Amino acid sequence: MASMEELTRLMRELEDQLIVCMKCGMCQSVCPVFDQTGREADVTRGKLALLSGLMESMFDDPEGVYERLNKCLLCGSCAANCPSGVSVQEIFLKARAILTGYMGLPPAKRLILKGMLANPKFFDRLTEWGARFQKLFTKPVNEIVGTSCARVMSPLIQDRHFRTLASVPFHKKVPYLNRPAGTSGLKVGLFTGCIIDKMFPQIAYSTIKVLEHCGVGLFLPENQGCCGIPALASGDLPTFHKLLAHNLERFAEGEFDYLLTSCATCTATLHEIWPKMTDEKNREAAIRLAEKTMDINQFLIRKANLQALPGPATKKRSVTYHDPCHLKKSLNVFSEPRAIIEANPAYKLKEMAEPDWCCGMGGSFNLQYYDISRNIGQKKAEQITDTGAEILATGCPACMIQISDMLSRSGAKVAVRHPVELFAEALAE
Amino acid sequence: MISDSIVQQFKTIVGEDNTWTDVTDLHTYSYDAAVVDPVEPGIVIRPTTSEALGKAVNLCNENGLPLTVRGAGTNLSGGTVPLPGGVVIVTNGLKSILEINEADMYAVVQPGVVTAKLAAAVEAKGLFYPPDPGSQAVSTIGGNVAENAGGLRGLKYGVTRDYVMGVSFFDVEGNLIKSGSRTVKCATGYNLTGLMVGSEGTLGVFNDIILKLIPLPAHRKAMMAVFESMEKASEAVAAIIANRIVPATLEFMDNFTIRAVEDFSKAGLPTDAAAMLLVELDGHAAQVEEDAVRVEALCQSMGAVSVRVAQDAAERDRVWAARRAALSALAQLKPTLVLEDATVPRSRIPDMVAAIQEIARRYDLTIGTFGHAGDGNLHPTILTDKRNHEEWERVEKAIDDIFDEALKMGGTLSGEHGTGLAKSRYLENETSAGTILFSSRIKRAMDPKNILNPGKIIAAKA
Repeated sequence: MASMEELTRLMRELEDQLIVCMKCGMCQSVCPVFDQTGREADVTRGKLALLSGLMESMFDDPEGVYERLNKCLLCGSCAANCPSGVSVQEIFLKARAILTGYMGLPPAKRLILKGMLANPKFFDRLTEWGARFQKLFTKPVNEIVGTSCARVMSPLIQDRHFRTLASVPFHKKVPYLNRPAGTSGLKVGLFTGCIIDKMFPQIAYSTIKVLEHCGVGLFLPENQGCCGIPALASGDLPTFHKLLAHNLERFAEGEFDYLLTSCATCTATLHEIWPKMTDEKNREAAIRLAEKTMDINQFLIRKANLQALPGPATKKRSVTYHDPCHLKKSLNVFSEPRAIIEANPAYKLKEMAEPDWCCGMGGSFNLQYYDISRNIGQKKAEQITDTGAEILATGCPACMIQISDMLSRSGAKVAVRHPVELFAEALAE
Repeated sequence: MISDSIVQQFKTIVGEDNTWTDVTDLHTYSYDAAVVDPVEPGIVIRPTTSEALGKAVNLCNENGLPLTVRGAGTNLSGGTVPLPGGVVIVTNGLKSILEINEADMYAVVQPGVVTAKLAAAVEAKGLFYPPDPGSQAVSTIGGNVAENAGGLRGLKYGVTRDYVMGVSFFDVEGNLIKSGSRTVKCATGYNLTGLMVGSEGTLGVFNDIILKLIPLPAHRKAMMAVFESMEKASEAVAAIIANRIVPATLEFMDNFTIRAVEDFSKAGLPTDAAAMLLVELDGHAAQVEEDAVRVEALCQSMGAVSVRVAQDAAERDRVWAARRAALSALAQLKPTLVLEDATVPRSRIPDMVAAIQEIARRYDLTIGTFGHAGDGNLHPTILTDKRNHEEWERVEKAIDDIFDEALKMGGTLSGEHGTGLAKSRYLENETSAGTILFSSRIKRAMDPKNILNPGKIIAAKA
């Protein structure tokens, strides 16, 4: 767990961020979980009130708050719709770290942290004191790089309708690449992402193929780590910092104009979360890399000037597109993936109802609250099949896992693909 | 403290899954959108049938438990803040649109139906439910009726009150009371519907509501007019009305709000403008186009610096995006936002805006004002930080003064947010001691144990 010093700092930051919520309740209109349950504790306004209440000692139930805080998809729909501009994801990630820290402490130490929860400012002095006893509060962290996603992946596969793991992960076949810029004059770094690496390597192959087609150079460092969002979502700040440091080091070896990922969640994490949740020593490097980070679809349309391929205007197969929350709501990317799909003459786009309503995946949320996750996902599956499209495309492999599960359960015959895969099909081998 | 046996009875009525007594859950029903202190209830229940709703009300009465009904908790006057240890009944388990009758143009809904969802459902049938409170994306019809909610279309279409044809509600003993009808005309019995609209949960609990629908206007046109003084903007409003044109919406923003919106959304608004009017006309295409030309000319003759008429749907959306951004833009400036809704006869708007500016100076506060110029409903929005106690005292004084000014001009304390907790102590200033006494007698007759949302509208005795 994080050090006392770190937890105190986080709590002080939380105080100022929580006050921004004016309790208007508009988050109720977009929260996929609240839509299912109707419970105030499930919507952001309720969760923020619980955090404020806990910090102002209005009631005393950190365990109860922790449990309710984790019942959230971290989809960011509320933040995108918030009239006051509350930094919801940042607050939730910090609060999860604080409460995880608290929950992980033995009873005597809990008392101390509980005091801090109630009054962070008063406990400023404890920070020094805490630093001296830091060893008491921290336990050694295992080497997680490369394996940290196992906890996300393995339980998922158990009783769910799912494609199997790739027989050979992407990094085994393509461990390292360093190619100079081509006709575009641009060179990019490629952050693979765990799910693409282990479950959808074809997205990575397609990404490389399309970048080549556009004359873009590529740096793919060996031994990449997880983006860190699973660790952050479970409140494990030290693991996140470790992964961050590891990835910064990997990419420091190459030179490139942009850092691309083909995973919406990785992009949002690198671009939005890294600068906010980094530790001090990596702050500068994290911000620098975050500023270079871009979604593959966005890069291809905005920077690499990808052009639609010529082809017959007839016999088009229809594709419907699901907006991953972390692309549309976190990064405002929604027209570019659609443009990529339409750039292949074999496909035409057919919009579903509410394409930007969350699919209900939310990483570990899916494990903890599978019933709610499934109900949200089934609504999405119906909206997809209502279009009659043969293919569902989306820019996030996590959404692809959830939507595959839901479509398969409903017996639908709809293929689930990434926009870049669809475009790559049209390119010659 | 609610006894275990009563908790058990609530569970029997609404089900275990719809009963919450955990301190942490209770805390999430201690507030609404008003800037008032939170109060934790003792139990929260969520009935999913009307039978369960009636039984739950009766159980509260039998045990003398104060009961507060809550829709989406977007109330801006503290009307949904419960009593300490009381009961909260959440209505979002009762969210069916029971009927949309196209031939007779009405809808019957349960209280937990979300306003915007109803509006969309009736629009899909070419019909129109005009009341559009700012919180419509989440607010419930039950809450709208209980608060007599308004919105942007008040000038032409009226407010929630004007669309309630009938209600059925549970009295405090859980008897189902019916009033009004599915017919346009209905002259039987007391007008209990009229009494229930705006009663803020103090007289009964809604079971279902019959709402009037009207044909959906075929055509819309929006425009934006910029003025160098509030007076000129106000004269333009008066001229539009004097020429017998009634726009669907006639909104204004003051200079502070214009600058905040521009900083926030970079919409290209003139930041040196003293005031802006946002106008939308709707109805038959020919008349809308004709009136649009007249409104444009009227604004210009009243000294508008510029008038921009939206040429297409996208431009129309931009006009309204600017208005919708007003609250957000102001909200981002300071941690605490106090949104008032003092309302004056429309001709007094320039006086009221000037008075608000004077009050802001007097107490050294930041107040942005926007609102519904067509119906005199202003939203002076005080930006502050509640943690700053010294400033908060000045805010409270400023609110008192805003109310005084509105009443002096023949206005009202609240155009659309309701009395609730926040304004109950001012109510006598607007009405009279006799009015409060009369109201208390009605309340006592209908709720002898004073369990229905006590302390709202009529202030609790000290």
